[in-house]
Amino acid sequence: MTLVEAQPAGPAAPAGAVRRLAGALHRRPRLQLTLLLAAPLLWLAVLYLGSLTVLFVSAFWTTDSFTSEVVKVWSTDNFHELFTTPVYRQVVLRSIGVALAVTVLCVVIAFPVAFYTARVARPKWRPLLVVAILTPLWASYLVKVYAWRLILSEGGPADWLLKPLGLSGPGYGLPATVLTLTYLWLPYMILPVHTALEQLPDNLLDASADLGARPGRTFRSVVVPMVLPAVAAGSIFTFSLSLGDYITVQIVGGKTQLIGNLVYSNFELNLPMAAALGTVPVVVIVVYLLAMRRTGALSSL
Amino acid sequence: MRPIRTLQVAAAAAVLLAATACGSSGSGSSAGGLNPPDLKEPTKLGKTEGEVNLIAWAGYVEDGSNDPKVDWVSDFEQQTGCQVHSKTAASSDEMVKLMKTGEYDAVSASGDASLRLIASGDAAPVNTDLVPNYKDIFSGLKNGAWNSVKGQMYGIPHGRGANLLMYNTEKVSPAPTSWSAVFDDAGTYKGHVTAYDSPIYIADAALYLKATKPELKIKDPYALDQKQFDAAVALLKKQNADIGEYWSDYLKEVSAFKSGDSVVGTTWQVIASLAADEGAKVNAIVPKEGSTGWSDTWMVSAKAKHPNCAYKWLDWIVSPKVNAQVAEYFGEAPANSKACAETSDKNFCTVYHAADESYWKKIAFWNTPIEQCLDGRTDVKCVPYTKWVQAWTEIKG
Repeated sequence: MTLVEAQPAGPAAPAGAVRRLAGALHRRPRLQLTLLLAAPLLWLAVLYLGSLTVLFVSAFWTTDSFTSEVVKVWSTDNFHELFTTPVYRQVVLRSIGVALAVTVLCVVIAFPVAFYTARVARPKWRPLLVVAILTPLWASYLVKVYAWRLILSEGGPADWLLKPLGLSGPGYGLPATVLTLTYLWLPYMILPVHTALEQLPDNLLDASADLGARPGRTFRSVVVPMVLPAVAAGSIFTFSLSLGDYITVQIVGGKTQLIGNLVYSNFELNLPMAAALGTVPVVVIVVYLLAMRRTGALSSL
Repeated sequence: MRPIRTLQVAAAAAVLLAATACGSSGSGSSAGGLNPPDLKEPTKLGKTEGEVNLIAWAGYVEDGSNDPKVDWVSDFEQQTGCQVHSKTAASSDEMVKLMKTGEYDAVSASGDASLRLIASGDAAPVNTDLVPNYKDIFSGLKNGAWNSVKGQMYGIPHGRGANLLMYNTEKVSPAPTSWSAVFDDAGTYKGHVTAYDSPIYIADAALYLKATKPELKIKDPYALDQKQFDAAVALLKKQNADIGEYWSDYLKEVSAFKSGDSVVGTTWQVIASLAADEGAKVNAIVPKEGSTGWSDTWMVSAKAKHPNCAYKWLDWIVSPKVNAQVAEYFGEAPANSKACAETSDKNFCTVYHAADESYWKKIAFWNTPIEQCLDGRTDVKCVPYTKWVQAWTEIKG
């Protein structure tokens, strides 16, 4: 109905126009490609890279100490302060340490789990196991972190479990933060490793055995090299998600502060300083991505 | 107070309290040489404009959309014909920014925002004669350093609260009577001491030093010269070793005191009541050195497009019944002396010391530290708030 109303000249003419347009696009594949990509590229360039640029540029501004308004005068004071204040250096190193620790723990836990779900469990159970690994992602981030706050509280489940061994839980602090972040991001590591192990051709393992390699040697020389790109891909998630986190550490981190907390605390009163601090994780992640590219992780994403 | 925003807030209630915390206010000191722009207060009210735009802390302007039982806006709209549009701000800085747009008529400003609004000419002087309920406001809230300049009120006080010392009555003995429990003697409960996570907490250390280190000559915990400031920061760095965690989210503190992860530290009355209700063995006191505290003020924009509706709102929000409702919902002492007869919990005003002026004399209300010393000294420069923010980062390490 509406189509007919919108085309008073009759249906034939527009249909012809559409056909002509389709024909024109078909003859000019480059134009077709340009039109298709224009919107997403614009989004990427303007909104995504644009905001990063604004972030970086505003890091060179300063604020009025009374009104906290941003003063748009070029200065490198923020970066100077960033590099010369010991507490910033300390917090940056601590944040990178946490991100690395979470990544290593995730790899160590994810490998056996993924090996079981991809190769040991019966094939009919495998999809169910993958679903089970994914279920924690259905729950809210905050609910999970608060659950860990209760688990790790004084006299809580962690203390209760470790008591027979004469130990006590880690309490709130840096270990609790690493533990909770590991729990949160583990599925992002298990999934790529699971996929890689699943795709590992059986005949390679058979060939390795035929050539006299023991399981350990097969694992080192065949499995690990083939799964490594997947591990690297998973580590990009665990590393970058941990590096940017500032909420988990507020809930279970005790008095610990990470780079995200510094950005957050400067956000209201000193936006340029927050921007300068915000560029640190961006730079770290870019370096990390470049390092991971060498492993071929980016092509297997 | 300041820190809770966006994601970290698990429940709407948490937002509410967080914002409360942000609702800090000025101390009782005289505002040095603050010379606000010469603005005139209105002498009479005209016809209401049919709408009013408000900036408020979460929980101050409730129209029943969060909880159908919590609604003091609908009646206002019916009685005055002023349609209320409200914007919840998450921090004092956001309030100041929003007020500068000139699109809002009134704001529930905290002490740290109110001084700035007065100084920049964004807030207009308020003619208290046009707000009939003003006469019933507790005298301790009138002509404060954070809501008036040279005897001219710049707003109508809304409510107040103190930062108390809370302790676990089973684990902390003898019962503390001094802030030394979290400073000099904090080592006794190493790893179980808690403190409020905001740069303004430096004033708590300054308040303690004011009593214990007279040689520093601290008069006002919000007016610290470099030497006094360094002493307060050093005290807090020492305290950091004994801190279990800093809190900014009230739910977090309730859970820490319930589990025993925290046994002594700063709190608000609403947290103490909540923790006690949930079975924690706690008590909250104002130690002998006194306390810091906060107080909010409804201010009218100098560029208000709906000033008559704004004045109607100012009068409405401090009217006894509504003031009682908002104080109970938010967890603060009401500003109107007649509100205490209207609270649903008849004990509410006693618990919150609403009418106890001698209690509030011990409270140094939050204020924004500026270079001009707020205690009137002119021979030194004081440390401004941005430096407090930096120092707080360093204290936490």
